[in-house]
Order: sequence, then C-alpha cells, then structure tokens
Amino acid sequence: MTTKRSIAKTKKAYLGLGSKVLLNIHRFMVRTRLVEEHLISLWKKGDGVFWTGGPGEEAFNVPLGLLIKKGQGPAYDYLHPHYRSSGIVLAMGVEAIDVIRQMRSTATDPYSNGRNFVNHYAIPKWNVIPVSSPVGSQYSTAIGTAIAQKQTPGDAVSIAIAGDATAAEGDFHSCLVWANRPALPLPILIVITNNGCGISTSMESQHGEKRISDWGKAFDMPARTINGNDPVESYIAVREALSYCRKERRPYLLEAKVSRLYGHASSSGANRSDDADCIADFESQLIGLRLITQMQIAEAWKANRRWIDEADTASKNDPPPTPASLWDHVFTDGIPSSYPRRNRS
Amino acid sequence: MATMAQAIRMALHYGEKHLGVRAVFGQDVGPPLGGIFTVTQGLHNAWNSPLDERGIIGAAMGLAWAGFRPVAEIQFVDYIFNSIDMLKLSANTLWASAGNFKTPMVLMAPMGAGIHGALYHSHSFDSIAAKIHGMKVVCPSTPLDAYGLMISSIKDDNPVLFLIPKALLRARGSELIPGEPSDTGKLDACIDAPIGDRSGWQPNWPELKEYSVPLGSANILTTGLLATVVTYGRMVPVALDAAQSVAPAGEIEVIDLRSLIPYDWACIRDSIRKTGRVLFLNEDTEIVNFGEHLLRRTIDELFYELKARPRLLASQAVPGIGLSPVFEAATVPQKKDVEQALKDLLAESV
Repeated sequence: MTTKRSIAKTKKAYLGLGSKVLLNIHRFMVRTRLVEEHLISLWKKGDGVFWTGGPGEEAFNVPLGLLIKKGQGPAYDYLHPHYRSSGIVLAMGVEAIDVIRQMRSTATDPYSNGRNFVNHYAIPKWNVIPVSSPVGSQYSTAIGTAIAQKQTPGDAVSIAIAGDATAAEGDFHSCLVWANRPALPLPILIVITNNGCGISTSMESQHGEKRISDWGKAFDMPARTINGNDPVESYIAVREALSYCRKERRPYLLEAKVSRLYGHASSSGANRSDDADCIADFESQLIGLRLITQMQIAEAWKANRRWIDEADTASKNDPPPTPASLWDHVFTDGIPSSYPRRNRS
Repeated sequence: MATMAQAIRMALHYGEKHLGVRAVFGQDVGPPLGGIFTVTQGLHNAWNSPLDERGIIGAAMGLAWAGFRPVAEIQFVDYIFNSIDMLKLSANTLWASAGNFKTPMVLMAPMGAGIHGALYHSHSFDSIAAKIHGMKVVCPSTPLDAYGLMISSIKDDNPVLFLIPKALLRARGSELIPGEPSDTGKLDACIDAPIGDRSGWQPNWPELKEYSVPLGSANILTTGLLATVVTYGRMVPVALDAAQSVAPAGEIEVIDLRSLIPYDWACIRDSIRKTGRVLFLNEDTEIVNFGEHLLRRTIDELFYELKARPRLLASQAVPGIGLSPVFEAATVPQKKDVEQALKDLLAESV
C-alpha cells in the first residue's frame, strides 16, 4: 500500500541519486527496450532465425551495467551474463549494430561470427564472458575469475547472473559453496533475476523456498530480495552489494524480482505480456517528481530509435559467414594438417 | 628413474616456476595429501577444492580466462561424467566467441583399469574426450613422455585433457627426466613427502630442464615390416610385450600415439603403408571407440594398400569393469588377447 511515508522515502531515494544519474538510467532503459523490440521485429520479418532476450528487466540490468568497473583482466570486474542481460551490456556501451549483426548471423557479428544466438555476447576488452545457452555454467566459471581477483591487488568483483529457474541447477549451489569457502572467500556478486518463470514452468510450482535469497542464510552471507522493477531501488541495492564485495572481498547474493515482457524466446511467439512495465512506471515517478518532462521522455525514445535505425541500415548488407570459416577458431593454433575433414580424409 | 607420478609432479613444478602456472587444484590435491596418487605433492600453488567436479572445471575456466594457466585434477576420470557440459563449454568457447576467448588450462584425470577399481575407478574416457571438439587430449605411457606432454599441455593455449593411465603411475621409466638425479633414492628423498606427519616438510626440487613432447606427435617404439600396432597409455607396455612374444625378432611396429587430439595420422599412415597390417589397441570399450575412427580412416585412405583386414582390440562393451579379477581380465584386453589378435593379423592375407 502506498503511504505518505513510502512516497517520502521514494522521493528521498530518487533525489538522492540526482537527476543526472536518473536520466542516464532512463536513457539506457529506453535504449535496451527498443533494441530488444527491434530484434523481435527482425525475427517476425524473418530477418534472423531466433530471438531470445530480456525485455522487462531493464530497471535492474541498466543500473548494474552502469556500476560495473569496466576493463580487461583481473583488476577489473568480470561479468558472467546470460542471454537476458542486454540492459547490462548496453549500459556498458555495447553498440546496437553489433547486437543486430548477431541477430542476423553475419560474419561481422563480433561476438560469435554468426555462430551463436542473439544476446550471446563475448567482449574481452570489458571482461564480458561469453554467454552460454545452457544457463548455470556462468555461476561455475565466476568462481575462477573471482579466485584470480582475490589473488590480484584491487577491488574487482565477479558478477554472475541467471534467472530463477537456474537456481535449481547445481552450478548455483557450487557458486554459493565455493564463494563461501573458509579457505578463500570470494568477491562474487551472485545475482538472480527472478521473473517467476522458466520458459513455461512457474517458479512457484517447482521451488519450495520462499525467496531464492534465503539460500544465503545457510552461509551467513549478506543476501536480499529487491524489487528489480524499480531502477532506483536496484541502483542502490547493486551499489551496496558491489561495495560490500569490493571492500570485504566476500560474496553477496542478490535476488531481483523482475518482469518478463516478451516471453522466453521467439519459440513462444515473443508477444507482449501483461507484466508490469518498469519503464512506464519509472517515467511516471520521474514526472511526478518533476525530474523529467514529457518532451524529454519523447526525445529519449526518439533519439534511441534513430540510433537503432541507423545501426540497422548500416549493417543491412553485411555478409553471411563463408562455409570455410567454420574451421576458424577450432584451436588457437589452427587446424593440424592431419585433422580429419570431410572429402579430404 | 622417476615414476610417472613423480614425472608429472616435476612437470607441474616446472610449470609453476617457469610457465606461469598459478593454480593447481582439485579434491585432495593440496596438502597434506598432495593428490591421491601423489601427483601434486609439494607444489607451491596446490590447494584443495570442494568435492565438486563442475565447480573445479568452471573454476579452471575462469582462472584460464584471467591468465592464471591453471592445472586442475578430477580425482578419477569416472567422476568427470557429470561435467561433460563444462568440458564442452571449455572446448567450444574459442570457436563460439569468434576467437575472442582462449581457455589455456589443463585438466588431468587418472583413467583406465588395472588397479582393481571396480565400476567407478576403472573407466576410460578417451573415446568421449575425442568427441569434445576444440579440446586437445593426451595420454602418456612413460614418465618421460608424461613430463614432456605436461609441459606442452601447460604451454598450449587450448584446453587440454591430460589422461593419466593410473596403472602406470607408479611404474618407473627407463629414461631420466632432464635435470633428474640419476640416483632414484635421492629423487625419492627430495620430492616424496614422508609418511605420517608432513606438516613441516618441504620438497627439495632438482634443477629441472625444459623438455616438451609436441602435442600431436606419436612415437614409434619398435620398427618392423610385418604389422603395425597403434596404441597409447596403459596398453603400450602390453603391446610391446605381446609384439615381442609373437615376433621375437622385432618385426612388429608399435606406435605410441601419446596424443589423441590432435593425432599423428602421418605416422600411422606411413607405418600402415609399410606393413599393410594394423591393429588398433586401447582399453576403452567398443561401440564408438576412438580406434573405430582410426579404422574408418584406414579403410577410407589405405584400403587398397592393406594385406589383411584392419582390426580393433578394445574392452568389451559392458556397463563397467567388475571388481572380480575374472571380470576385469575378461573385459579389458590382456596380453594373451593382444598376442592372439596379432597372430590372426599376421596369418590372414587378402
């Protein structure tokens, strides 16, 4: 229930972040939504064979992306994302043209050269670890980058992120155990974006735990569940969690309740759901607090749309990969001459 | 002469000292045990992990991406089956990421039968490993090769699965590791942890030298014109014994592959062209065995040069190795089975 007290609290939180931060968050939330909707429209036109992504999670993902310490190597944060993490990487600075290239499976797709689904990023210059479709493995690989960070001077953190359904996978529990190992506690921000659904299976039908963050109790570690549809609450919570990991060099478990606006993937139609729209809610708050005008909102949508349209046009004629290029990157040192190849051996 | 366990340990020490290995880990890998086969005793960077194979491989991948050149151990290869997805991920990351992410890591795991290990300490994994494309797979048969292959594996920028024939881990070699003291007792005293309390023990490493066995390079152990045996790992000494017994004058060519992926097809091909007869031998089970791939390639490329049908001798395709010695002997190729296969091969002509 909205009370005078909660309104005052919200106002204080918003004003505490300041309009510059808030408008930046808004800009990237709009950008993320438009990129995802553009990808869906491409799929619906047959311009790309498959779509999966995370529209609806912008309010949590964008603040996380803005708070990441971006760079290469263990002195910087490692992001172990999943395919719903577009808001994170777009806030980090990913270009729409590259996401569109991956959607169209072109040779110029910088993340996979046309080999992987869209929203499967791999960005070495920012420590964005390749997205793997079988979700869960990112919780296991985060262990390794966090060990390296623990043994490297600095305050860098590994961030592993997946959805609520993945909390049933062993990797999630591996991450909790390894991150809390008395021999070497690890600076990992373990994130669950909980949209209440794994493809078509509801969380409530499969998970007996009240909150996924309750797993933190077993380890006496900081853990909390937040409203991931509120970008200000998300920003403050992520900042606090990252600050803890950076300073204490220990893990933090953060569960963010989010919406899923277009389903799991194109295989289920990618049609708009009735879930709460975090951008519309955010815009109402900003207007109510007189932090943004309708005109500024319209301009944010227009500018981002133009940015995406230009990217789309610029990559329209990018070539597909050649059949011969399937042999690229099998091994770092090339294909040995004795390696079996069809019609050659 | 060093045992294979000592040779691998020395290679890992060399890797820590000279090749940038900053993490050696797995269950029971660190002190006090130093690995259940003592392979990691006394290493500076060795530590114990939780009993969690997926976590171990995931940790190795993350460390590899962060530039730590890790070496991780799965205690027995029998326990790696719950992590095949992680092996696949480590092997496909370079390809899937358009060459953006290299995964230079070594996973080592004792493999195969020969110690009465029953169902879950006797598995082979070579045939499955060879299908995880993007990963290199090696399997030594001597301490010196184990040393040289481990050094090459550490230096390689691809993930390498280092399969250790556990039945040969305590066998001593016939060649010195470069830098190894010639007095075996002295080596043991320098690098083997004492029985009992070892809390204050430190190894006294010999001044080891670089020695690499290139991945993908086979070794012709005996030359001959009558037939070729292509094998690796634990079956190498069995093949040599059987070849000596069937052809005492040494007319059978025995090839130790040492590396399965990539494998030395030129060496195999040239030998088969010379002898016209080939037996592929390993201790993994039949039905999609790595040797079956080599048979297919032999037929495709060398069919008209064969003097007898090519053969595979492998373990029986049953769910596991039974504990009773009767079961193990009836499942895994024995010296007498290799002798019989060689006799049949030599007797046949097409």
